Amino acid sequence: MPGADKETELSERIEAFLSELKRCGSGAGSLRGSAETARETTSLLRRITAQARWSNAGDLMEIIRKEGRRMTAGQPSETTVGNMVRRVLKIIREEYARSRGSTEEADQQESLHKLLTSGGSSEDNFRQHFTHLKANVIEAINELLTELEGTTDNISMQALEHIHSNEVIMTIGRSRTVEAFLKDAARKRKFHVIVAECAPFCQGHEMATSLSKEDIETTVIPDAAIFAVMSRVNKVIIGTQTVLANGGLRAVNGTHTLALAAKHHSTPLIVCAPMFKLSPQFPNEEDTFHKFVSPHEVLPFTEGEILSKVNAHCPVFDYVPPELITLFISNIGGNAPSYIYRLMSELYHPEDHEL
Amino acid sequence: MGDRLTTSTLLVTEEDEKKHEIIRAKGEGKELTKEEKQRLRKEKKQHKKNKKDDRGPPEKEKEKEKASVPAPSKPATQSPAHKAAPVPVNASASESPVAAEKPAKSKAELRAERRARQDSERASKQGKKEGGQQSTSSKPKATPNELQPVVKRLPDHVQVDDPVALKKLAKKLERQQKSGQGCSLNITGVKVPLRSDYGYKVSLFSHLHQYSRKNPPTQQISIPVTVIHPSIVRLGLQYSQGIIAGSNARSVALLHAFKQVIQDYSTPPNEELSRDLVNKLSPYISFLSQCRPLSASMGNAIKYIKKEISNIPSQCKEEEAKRILQECIDSYINEKIILASEAISKYAIEKISDGDVILVYGCSSLVNHILCEAFEKQRKFRVIVVDSRPRLEGREALRRLVKKGIRCTYVLISALSYILPEVSKVFLGAHALLANGYVMSRVGTSQIALVAKAYNVPVLVCCETYKFCERVQTDSFVSNELDDPDDLIVTRNGKTHLENWQTVKSLGLLNLVYDVTPPDFVDLVITDLGMIPCTSVPVVLRVKNVDQ
Repeated sequence: MPGADKETELSERIEAFLSELKRCGSGAGSLRGSAETARETTSLLRRITAQARWSNAGDLMEIIRKEGRRMTAGQPSETTVGNMVRRVLKIIREEYARSRGSTEEADQQESLHKLLTSGGSSEDNFRQHFTHLKANVIEAINELLTELEGTTDNISMQALEHIHSNEVIMTIGRSRTVEAFLKDAARKRKFHVIVAECAPFCQGHEMATSLSKEDIETTVIPDAAIFAVMSRVNKVIIGTQTVLANGGLRAVNGTHTLALAAKHHSTPLIVCAPMFKLSPQFPNEEDTFHKFVSPHEVLPFTEGEILSKVNAHCPVFDYVPPELITLFISNIGGNAPSYIYRLMSELYHPEDHEL
Repeated sequence: MGDRLTTSTLLVTEEDEKKHEIIRAKGEGKELTKEEKQRLRKEKKQHKKNKKDDRGPPEKEKEKEKASVPAPSKPATQSPAHKAAPVPVNASASESPVAAEKPAKSKAELRAERRARQDSERASKQGKKEGGQQSTSSKPKATPNELQPVVKRLPDHVQVDDPVALKKLAKKLERQQKSGQGCSLNITGVKVPLRSDYGYKVSLFSHLHQYSRKNPPTQQISIPVTVIHPSIVRLGLQYSQGIIAGSNARSVALLHAFKQVIQDYSTPPNEELSRDLVNKLSPYISFLSQCRPLSASMGNAIKYIKKEISNIPSQCKEEEAKRILQECIDSYINEKIILASEAISKYAIEKISDGDVILVYGCSSLVNHILCEAFEKQRKFRVIVVDSRPRLEGREALRRLVKKGIRCTYVLISALSYILPEVSKVFLGAHALLANGYVMSRVGTSQIALVAKAYNVPVLVCCETYKFCERVQTDSFVSNELDDPDDLIVTRNGKTHLENWQTVKSLGLLNLVYDVTPPDFVDLVITDLGMIPCTSVPVVLRVKNVDQ
């Protein structure tokens, strides 16, 4: 049956995606950028919407939620996957509400006033069947995909508003967003970039070579020299893996030290993060926050005789509290960290925070 | 008008006759006569003209004598200073009768007076210092002496961007070789090698040297014995290749090498040991600073040796003198390094309690010694060793501690924020303690202190007093050391991204060796004199200077 074929093909794709995620997370395969992951997740969700069997919005949401749970379980640290799932769920809710004819505001977050005045009518099972729902949802997901493709460009377009000439900018590790941001500014302005190499993976080296090819004056420094050099830095521009719900960051390790040093010297800290990195997680979830990789990056096996007697740690992420951040630059513009909660309410529905 | 008289009296006392005049006036006790005043005025104008034509040492002497006059604040006991006191008194006494006179003054005269006044004030300031020196023989407490500005020559190794300074250094090295030749055979061509910089230097650091470990200073040439002692050559190579590292190790190695030099030294005829040996040491020191810039501890050790050598009495026989010097060096090492570390351990162990989690950074011989001693005294604690690329000195510390049996954890400095919530104390070593309270140490130390402060973890710095240094510094740029930039290159997964960094024009690698930690990050400094706050360093220096 054609339906069954499609289903097996669909589950194959999902399996392939999951194994790809697992492999990338362990650091063995090629490290994939978050934008790619987001795009792939979204196209996979579109495929699910198109090919899975569902009759009303509630079923669709159930299916997507189930698949979403599987995907996030494959690689918990890759939050972009979960974010895209939540976005799609929100899209479905919106399309359903629009099909039903109710206005946007009615579907907004619950307020005390609404709870008291609306009574029981807010109970919405999503069980009504609409014929055009599928087409609408797929169209909305396509819009989401185009938005995703344009994020890096949108962020880079704002570069000239933030970088003046003869500046010294510091960054850490490798972020494609920041790379594009700086390259865009370099077309018109001359400035100097200092890259902290971010041991043990030393991704800063790649970043530095890539920047210097565009004729940007780049210097590579070891992590230990961050505070020493900070007094001459005008701005710190970093990327991040995730933006948390309180405005804090989950970024590559070493970023917290960088943020503290910038605070000490009153240097502004600018985070370039597209909206799909915004996640409704909070940082106090101890077991899921940190991710560790093999400590042989830190203490190699050649140090054989002391290895067994020593604990070596190699965390991948750092938590940066929102007080240390000056500005978020995303594809919808610049925001202060205190505004993040509001942006989140526009992107995700509160019931979807827990998948 | 009274001013005019004072200044004129000042300017006048340059010649002896004028001094006599003043003495006469003093003897008379009151005013100078009108003709004398006019004469003084003329002399003053003439003197100013002469001064404009001839600005040189004679003027200084004039100023000195001139200034030794208006030093009323010091109750002087000697006669030249004694003269000064009554003169202003005299002048002020003669003010009142003079005021009545009111001669018409021309504009030029007024201008001249003003200029003379300014000159005299300037001279008086200078003279106070020099005059202070004159009268220190009589006064035990010479306060101007301590306020004397210490004009130090800027060290060569931070003047790389100045071509004049570089030329001077090259000439100095040539000269030193020649003086070493002295009365020996005629050897041509070989001089103390001047190392050349390597690679693209980051613009912020163009005033510092950047050498490559692959080009040791003795690669192209061999230095014969008459120029530099072989143990010094070996020492220089060990420094430049990083075989001997750490400020205590470098100082001790230096002192041992000097012992060898003194042993092999023989006074040439018609020379005094105390003077010749010091001259002999200069090319060695230049060579060593070419191999690797001297550390603060080495600088203090060299100063000590030079002082000891020059204090050798001239009637001392050579053998006796050598023995004395060897003993001096041994006692220095024993006192300042070995016994000091015992004292510091004793104090530090009081600060370690059971159940502590102690964080250390890199490999400090002193901190390792403290931890080993504490472990022997049955304290229960565990250690977290933080390390950083590219030197990875922490692994050496890790090995020593594990061998002792201490429980250790090992992380890189980028994981500091993750590990710090577990830590109860931070122990750091220091390369030098600067006079404004800043701690100069391995790069990364300031970062550890910063993050520890943010997490409210106490930071203790352990440092012997012989590393205290009179320099002041506020940032890590002005005086630092640049290590070989190729050390930053790393190969991961078979790929080396920075392989050809030399070919890329706009790419630079920065490998700093030291950084300075501000005193507000440091909670306590443990020295052999006790536990002091960071800001008490100049007090210790002052006490040491007075002792010496």
